[in-house]
Amino acid sequence: MAPDIPMFSLFFASIFTSNILLANFLGMCSFIAISKDISSSNGLGMAVVVVLTFTASINWLVLNYVLIPLDLVYLRFIIFIIVIASVVQMLEMIIDRVSQTLYLNLGIFLPLITVNCAILGVSLFMEIRQYSFLQTAVFGLGSGLGWWLAIMALAAIRKKTEKSKVPAGLQGAGLTFITIGFMAMAFIGFTGLLQVQ
Amino acid sequence: MSDSAKQPGQILKQNMWTANPIFMQILGICSALAVTNLLSNTMIMTLGVVFVTGMSNLTVAIIKNLIPRKVRMVVQTLIIAFYVIIVDIVLRAYLPEISRNLGPYVGLIITNCIIMGRAEAFAQSNPPLLSLWDGITSGMGYMGVLLSIALVRELLGFGALFGFQVLPEGFEPWIIMVMPPSAFFLIGVITWGGKYLMHRQGEPVLEGE
Repeated sequence: MAPDIPMFSLFFASIFTSNILLANFLGMCSFIAISKDISSSNGLGMAVVVVLTFTASINWLVLNYVLIPLDLVYLRFIIFIIVIASVVQMLEMIIDRVSQTLYLNLGIFLPLITVNCAILGVSLFMEIRQYSFLQTAVFGLGSGLGWWLAIMALAAIRKKTEKSKVPAGLQGAGLTFITIGFMAMAFIGFTGLLQVQ
Repeated sequence: MSDSAKQPGQILKQNMWTANPIFMQILGICSALAVTNLLSNTMIMTLGVVFVTGMSNLTVAIIKNLIPRKVRMVVQTLIIAFYVIIVDIVLRAYLPEISRNLGPYVGLIITNCIIMGRAEAFAQSNPPLLSLWDGITSGMGYMGVLLSIALVRELLGFGALFGFQVLPEGFEPWIIMVMPPSAFFLIGVITWGGKYLMHRQGEPVLEGE
């Protein structure tokens, strides 16, 4: 049932050619708000990588071992959101116990992640494309890394454009969108390399 | 954002123009852009958003006194998810073609920040009917921007409107308009245009971020 895609291609496709942010537009809200600052971008990026990998895998297990056997697939939106919220909460507690420095760097970003569209998006894509468990984990990890890469790149670019003189109306959000457009073109340029949806 | 405007007319103007969720508040971009390559998809998607925003605002406003403050975010999310499931089931049953095109983006209405934002900022402190109106107009502000993006993308990308060929045979489709970057460019230009007009009218401009 699972599509026959080599793991390696899936991994690279989810980082570059079908970047969760630039090709599928997921996780834009926090992307635009946070990318003003490089170190916050880095923290949020790392948190997204961790949460995406975990939630995608757990949601796969829940979907295939609970929802499908019980014929409750129509409830998946609610269940996925609950799983995401509880995983985020648990990660926050674990990180708090294990390392205080990591908590200070990552902890404040975790609550933000529950409402990040990228997290729910990856779980929904995994359901629609019928990935296997391993494929889901790889896809989650790759998408997270892709998101991290994109937000770091944008934060660096915005630092440069901050001081440049642009028309008043274009300042801020307008310019950011156009910058993202150029970034998206660059990422899509990788498409010739891999043909994976 | 300020909620000083309590008149239906003022709410309409605020949500459609001066505090438009997309280009003034930069909310709900996530699920917005992916569906703008065809007008018919956009139309259905935004109608879904209008329905969910309106109904969840109404529900939150009705039961706001029953929800303990600490868990209100969770309750709001569940209310929103409830209406999104209705939209999803209706689309699957009556418009299976469009439901397939929209794919995961129907489910992503849940994490659309506009809906959560309106429930939190408006419905928490206003009577039910006014909240319903606020939800609907916010959804319409979102609809207006998305439909104009979709109009340009479908016209230039396919030479068509709502699937009907409108441009002559010899028209060379712009491949870029079918691809994701064009959505970013268009939304950037719309933001620019909107803010420019507002500066000229001397409206107080809310900072978008």
